[in-house]
Amino acid sequence: MPPSLFLEQILNGVQFGLMLFLLAAGLTLVFGIMDMINLAHGSLYMIGAYLTATFVGLTGVFWLGVLLAVVGTALIGMLLEFSILRQLYKRDHLSQVLATFALILIINEVVRIIWGSQPLLLSAPEGLSGPIEILPGLNYSAFRLTIIAVGLVVAVGLFLLVNNTRVGMWLRAGASNREMAQAMGVPIKPLFTLLFGVGAALCAIAGAFLGPILAVQVGMGESILILAFVVIVIGGIGSIKGALVGALLVGIVDTAGRAFLPLLLSQVASPEVASNLGPALASILIYLLMAVVLFFKPQGLFPART
Amino acid sequence: MKRILWLMVLLGLAGFSLSMAQQRTVKIGFVSTLSGGGAALGIDARDGFNLAVRLLNNQLGGVPVEVIVADDQQNPDVARQAVDRMLKRERVDFMTGIIFSNILLAVGDAIFEEKVHYISLNAGPSEYAGERCNPYFFNVAWQNDNLHEAMGQYVNTRRFENVFILAPNYPAGRDALTGFKRFYKGKIAAEVYNRLNQLDFSAEIAQIRAARPKAVYTFQPGAMGVNFIKQYAEAGLLREIPLFLPGFSADADVIRAVGRPMVGIYNSSHWALELNNPVNQRFVEEFRKAYNRTPTLYASQGYDAALMLDAAIRAVGGDVSKKDDLRKAFLAGFNSTRGPLKFNPNGYPIQNYYLRQVIQAPNGEIINRLAGNIFTNHSDAYVSQCKLR
Repeated sequence: MPPSLFLEQILNGVQFGLMLFLLAAGLTLVFGIMDMINLAHGSLYMIGAYLTATFVGLTGVFWLGVLLAVVGTALIGMLLEFSILRQLYKRDHLSQVLATFALILIINEVVRIIWGSQPLLLSAPEGLSGPIEILPGLNYSAFRLTIIAVGLVVAVGLFLLVNNTRVGMWLRAGASNREMAQAMGVPIKPLFTLLFGVGAALCAIAGAFLGPILAVQVGMGESILILAFVVIVIGGIGSIKGALVGALLVGIVDTAGRAFLPLLLSQVASPEVASNLGPALASILIYLLMAVVLFFKPQGLFPART
Repeated sequence: MKRILWLMVLLGLAGFSLSMAQQRTVKIGFVSTLSGGGAALGIDARDGFNLAVRLLNNQLGGVPVEVIVADDQQNPDVARQAVDRMLKRERVDFMTGIIFSNILLAVGDAIFEEKVHYISLNAGPSEYAGERCNPYFFNVAWQNDNLHEAMGQYVNTRRFENVFILAPNYPAGRDALTGFKRFYKGKIAAEVYNRLNQLDFSAEIAQIRAARPKAVYTFQPGAMGVNFIKQYAEAGLLREIPLFLPGFSADADVIRAVGRPMVGIYNSSHWALELNNPVNQRFVEEFRKAYNRTPTLYASQGYDAALMLDAAIRAVGGDVSKKDDLRKAFLAGFNSTRGPLKFNPNGYPIQNYYLRQVIQAPNGEIINRLAGNIFTNHSDAYVSQCKLR
């Protein structure tokens, strides 16, 4: 196996992992701090992608479109929290799952009514649609490199927010012991609304940058939501660090499995069998990883509550 | 006694007029993929079909027609429910519309059992072409292998050594690569199957780069094709390794979505915009007028499916209960957007296959241009295994 193939697949894995991190970061905070299972998190990702496609189409400038979409999605997220999700905090997990699942269906239909059932077109900005030579003989998509850069910048920003600011301190306190934090005077209600807005904004960033690579279509959030849940279970619920490590692990294992398993299998089986078995085994690999992590660390890699 | 007799006459008359009323419309069940990543295909096919019906004054073969449309969401379970509804509740006379072969294979037997003719306007699985061919199955478009056979032949004559071939892992994807290999005699760098509805091709593109082939051939229907070509261009491979495509992945819908990088790409098709016959000229002109976009081959197939039904229903004088006569009429062929079209006993067409190239016209528009003839009066490879006559 040539080293350039290996490097390219690792880059692909990191790129996918960082986007997963953006989704998982919001999910893990909401789950860890509010003890709220929000299945509609994937819908915010979809809304972010649709808003990006719309604003980029209207303004003609990719980065401006992304900015508007991130602000718009954050507002929608906060509105959702304020109007509906706030009623669910005191309910048990089953009610939350039911209610947020209903939200998925409603949001999907609303998106279908507004934008139609055909996938929207969202292209990478003109200057980034070509390749860049990162090593002699290895060209890599400039847009995918941009995604990695954006993912890293957001991750660093999030770390600074959580570790070095007062709001971050409240968040950490809430994640490790919500009742105690409340008793110590942390303003829980506005904090939750703000947290939801931040989570929605992160979703929108992921949607905006995955949109040009994947497709902006109804139901795009559901498939990625399951992976985001796997990430936060591996990383430890409520932990940003855990979400980052978990997301990178899942991204690399998923991409590497998809790329290398069929290659390995094709040495011993026909291409059809290899390609049948390869992706199936690759998707099992992620859950295998999760099972192994949970066996040794039942709270995940970096549990927020000790 | 006299009263009872009168009553019987009245009842008889009522029954008679009821059966007359039923015969006066033909019901077509149109199940197709109208949402999700494959929606562009189904929508084009539906628009083509509806256009033909409208131009025929909402009649097929002189009989008023009712088209009942349902979305299969590219999901075999949803398709099965829709087909059940068409057969049991709507009691349709004909069925058509399905785009994806895996969906057709999931519902085909249920349709044939009801002795309803299925006119496929897209999916042409090899399963229905050979031993399992069925008198109630016709395909107005092609057998799945055909366009890929044509491209295999073309790549072969261009003497490309070491070709990387890639297709999704579902019946039409496997048919595609089988068809390509039937006529391409050089070395295969690698034969890779990706997941159906996969949208991120980074892993496959890295494999292509590592394999260093002289050319790449891939079949990716719908949004998959758009994504593959965009990502292939973004990775810088389009300039290094030429990409060959079947017409499905290089028609107006894909060109609209991908744009500039498409220019120069060769692809194969059974139909082309500029085919010089009156049926096609009318189709292209009316389609542009009605929908304000350039028609794709899917649209031409939908249009042709309606023309095929029109010709057969006319041939049996509007009596669609005569199933054997209908079959004979279907086999006899009709005048399509590709000129006069004839069929083999397995229900698949005998036709020409063309080479097209994507070019930028002087007015800036990016379109497909007819670039040559690959096969003349070509049949599929399975017809000899079909026992029907």
